[in-house]
Amino acid sequence: MSKKYETVIGLEVHVQLQTESKLFCGCSAAYGAEPNSNTCPICLGLPGTLPMLNKRALRFALQASRAADCQINQFSKFDRKNYFYPDLPKGYQISQYDLPLGYDGRITIETEEGETKEIGLTRIHLEEDAGKLIHAGSVGDSAHSYVDYNRGGVPLIEIVSEPDIRSPEEARAYLNALKQIILYLGISDCNMEEGSLRCDANVSLRTRGDREFGIKAEVKNMNSFRAVERALAYEVKRQEKLLDAGRKVVQETRTWDESRQETVSMRGKEEAEDYRYFPEPDLMPLEISDEFIEEIDDSLPELPLEKKHRFQEQYDLPAYDAGVLTQSRELAKLFEESAGKYDDAKEVSNWLMGEYLRLLKENEVEPGQDELNGEKLAELLELIEDGTISSKIAKEVFEETFVSGKAPGEVVEERGLKQISDEDELAEIVAGIVADNPEVVEDIKGGKDKAIGFLVGQVMQETRGKANPQLANQLIREEIEKH
Amino acid sequence: MISREEIAHIAELASLKLTEEEKEEFSEQLSDVLNYINKILEVDTEGVEPTYYPLPSSNILREDEVTNQDRRQEMLEQAPDKEDDQFKVPGIEQKE
Amino acid sequence: MKIYEMTLAGLIEARDSKRIKPGEILAAFQTRTEEVEERVRSFLDRPRDLAAEYEDSKNGKFAGIPVALKANMATSKLTTSCGSSILEDYRTPYQSTVADKITGSGGVIAGKTNMDEFAMGSTTEHSAYQVTRNPWNLDHVPGGSSGGSAAAVAAGEVPCALGSDTGGSIRQPAAFCGVVGFKPTYGVVSRYGLAAFASSLDQIGPLTRTVEDAAITLNIISGVDPLDSTSARIDHPDYTGKLDQDIAGMSFGLPSSYLEMDIDEEIRNQVLEAAEKLREAGAEVREIELPPADLALAAYYIIATAEASSNLARYDGVQYGTRQSGDNVRDMFVNTRSFSFGPEVKRRIMLGTFALSSGYQDELYKKALKVRTVIKEKYEKVFSEIDIILGPNSPAPAFKIGEDMDPLDVYYTDIFTVPVNISGFPALSLPAGFSEQGLPLSVQLIGPAFGEVELLQAASGLEKRLDVPTLAALEKGR
Repeated sequence: MSKKYETVIGLEVHVQLQTESKLFCGCSAAYGAEPNSNTCPICLGLPGTLPMLNKRALRFALQASRAADCQINQFSKFDRKNYFYPDLPKGYQISQYDLPLGYDGRITIETEEGETKEIGLTRIHLEEDAGKLIHAGSVGDSAHSYVDYNRGGVPLIEIVSEPDIRSPEEARAYLNALKQIILYLGISDCNMEEGSLRCDANVSLRTRGDREFGIKAEVKNMNSFRAVERALAYEVKRQEKLLDAGRKVVQETRTWDESRQETVSMRGKEEAEDYRYFPEPDLMPLEISDEFIEEIDDSLPELPLEKKHRFQEQYDLPAYDAGVLTQSRELAKLFEESAGKYDDAKEVSNWLMGEYLRLLKENEVEPGQDELNGEKLAELLELIEDGTISSKIAKEVFEETFVSGKAPGEVVEERGLKQISDEDELAEIVAGIVADNPEVVEDIKGGKDKAIGFLVGQVMQETRGKANPQLANQLIREEIEKH
Repeated sequence: MISREEIAHIAELASLKLTEEEKEEFSEQLSDVLNYINKILEVDTEGVEPTYYPLPSSNILREDEVTNQDRRQEMLEQAPDKEDDQFKVPGIEQKE
Repeated sequence: MKIYEMTLAGLIEARDSKRIKPGEILAAFQTRTEEVEERVRSFLDRPRDLAAEYEDSKNGKFAGIPVALKANMATSKLTTSCGSSILEDYRTPYQSTVADKITGSGGVIAGKTNMDEFAMGSTTEHSAYQVTRNPWNLDHVPGGSSGGSAAAVAAGEVPCALGSDTGGSIRQPAAFCGVVGFKPTYGVVSRYGLAAFASSLDQIGPLTRTVEDAAITLNIISGVDPLDSTSARIDHPDYTGKLDQDIAGMSFGLPSSYLEMDIDEEIRNQVLEAAEKLREAGAEVREIELPPADLALAAYYIIATAEASSNLARYDGVQYGTRQSGDNVRDMFVNTRSFSFGPEVKRRIMLGTFALSSGYQDELYKKALKVRTVIKEKYEKVFSEIDIILGPNSPAPAFKIGEDMDPLDVYYTDIFTVPVNISGFPALSLPAGFSEQGLPLSVQLIGPAFGEVELLQAASGLEKRLDVPTLAALEKGR
């Protein structure tokens, strides 16, 4: 980080809302359909057709606003943003201009130093998405482009941050926090690859101690959180070099070139854009009552950061554990269910952060898409605690339960995995193994205590892992002493 | 008086290309009309709220339901140019 | 009386009492149209055989009634060109709510009528296709922009037509053609499927030969529409409800300042005569003060063109309509729009774009919306004192075809009609007599918001006392 300059970043994030239908018509808002199969006269803006607002989209936008601590404009309206582009069927986008649904909000992030910081939100507003333009060749020289309007009219919220972000790492932390909140609300899948979360950034530098902002560049086309972090780091360096060389930053739009790992100026985009916003006369305004806001507030789930802090307090978990467990609402739910039935919360946490996350990754599923539940995990942990199974066997049982949903006790029964803790039974096996390995016994007697592990391994192999390892160890020592 | 430069700028915003004659004509006519329209500047509107909507009404909403089937053939039927169920347009060229 | 001479109410009564069949009605109007259409040229598109369009299964109020629709209302069968070459041969894959209501009650869409391109104009000469003539004098225009609809009714081609009124586009042609033209309160009739000129001002309404026919038609086409957020969420009354009630005791306001403006002498006298008839009928007529008409006109031209500049942005040659080629997509947009829009449309798009552009938006557009508030409030105050306003409609009778007028003079012809679009109120153009030249003269009646029933009652009462013929003979050789 430069000592001379302070980085100033503001982010504009677009999130596609996961409604059934589009914002203003009854077309499906689903991703990935055949080109133009989700279109109708309304979302294509055919002459005379009129928009009609989707109730759920409004609700989702209000939930997002309240979850991000926004004030609500109780009189709000839609406006037309006028510009010509082939992916824009009406020659204007229905958006919100001077009376966005939400304003003056904040998102709390945790910095790398583990401190919390608030990033202010200027506004959250509701708008329609544009269609998709597919270029036949590279931009600039292609003879033709193709337009698919399936995405046209899908509901979006635009979340505009204040220029409160001070580093690319903070930008990433902000995006993570924002994404988590939206996932908790269940109003979007936030899939960047499918474009359901998009991010543009305004970046500028100023000499430390200055109050005024420097000249900013807008960076677009960043397709992952990692790309955002890299693009911003690149852009900060680029501007630093310019300023150090006594040159000025040009106010312009730059696009992130993933293959070259650099930002590139988009020529021509700078011509004074004049969107001629005016109130959309085809839609009536919105009046959001106090009761409605209260109802929205009541509908909000506990948000990630609150939940994290509560987990630390209530379950006495380390911050790291609490952070991981609250990454997703489903995972947090699984933890709480398990911890409610098994009183060693740290043990529950260990299993979820270890085995469970591993299996999720291996099976490419999200929490909630597997067969485990709190009751089953608690049962498994009880089986370990009372010595019925070993920790090692428990992993096998866990995997079976994860996949099939069978109760751990049932799995142990079916597969005969119950730990052999019966001394007589085990002593017999041990005696045989000690007799079969005289050299090893000599080694141990000669002081190579570690070699005992080999014999324990033999016992485990013989019993297919069911032997109680502590008991086996003890019996082996007793048996060797007899010799 | 609206200058010819302003006329050219407005035409650009409106995606219109005007001939020299039209620029001349529009510059005069729009200036006349604006002179007339400027009457409204004399009206005292201190403290007056703008009327955006002719009717007092709000919160007209629909349920979030998918009611449309795949109608792409109908939607594409009258396209001036199309290919593979998509609308086809000349390439996007960045302005120099 | 010949079938085509009958009023809508007369036709419905005759059909219900089984004196004529739906098929006979349709055939009679088809014959009449074939006789006169070559001279009047009301239609841009119409079905070959009207009777064949009739479906027996639909025996509602309008069974067998031919209704002409302005060419800016989407219909599933005929073209919807909006009088523009940019929508040449355009057929919509959907139907307007009004078209659904007409056909749903048994009516037959008798054709799409000529209009000024995208409803911008006062003569219908701004149509990209043809000049429609005034059935009372073929050398004169029918008015506009719903000139085709007005001419079709006056010529007896249909008993009923629909027009759209953004600044007088139903009432002014109705006045020019000597028929009843009614613009209901904003929101009474759905705008779904009406290609927008200015969304906050546009309203569909009937053109008919009598006030009763207008009320009957409004009963059919009005209603709450789930497809139109701006359609009024009200309980619709029976709009014919008070047609027979006496107007004695009703109070009328006469805006005397309007009569002192630059208007045709014959029109002024006609308004005064109508006031006299109202008094004779036992109504009270008193002078009122209305906000200056030129302010409303100025505000109107800013609001209407601003909205239009945005509404017409969709015509870019991508999805439908005509396209002109271009090296890149931007050139294609510009070439298509520059080539296919007529001069009046371009002029208004330019004015509206200017009014919304940065630097002028506050001064022009926002100011106009505040003036709109001022005007609306003054009208509301007037309506707290009287029931109905009586005044002029068009400042002059029908112009000659091809008359050279500069745009401002043309815009001035809307001066008495635009205030109600700005305020959303209902207004009706009522035939009141003829000029010395034999051209129709009319008066305008204005009611308060959602005061349709009383407005129609007043108009019907005055109509009875004026007793003006509304059907042009169009004898051959005249």
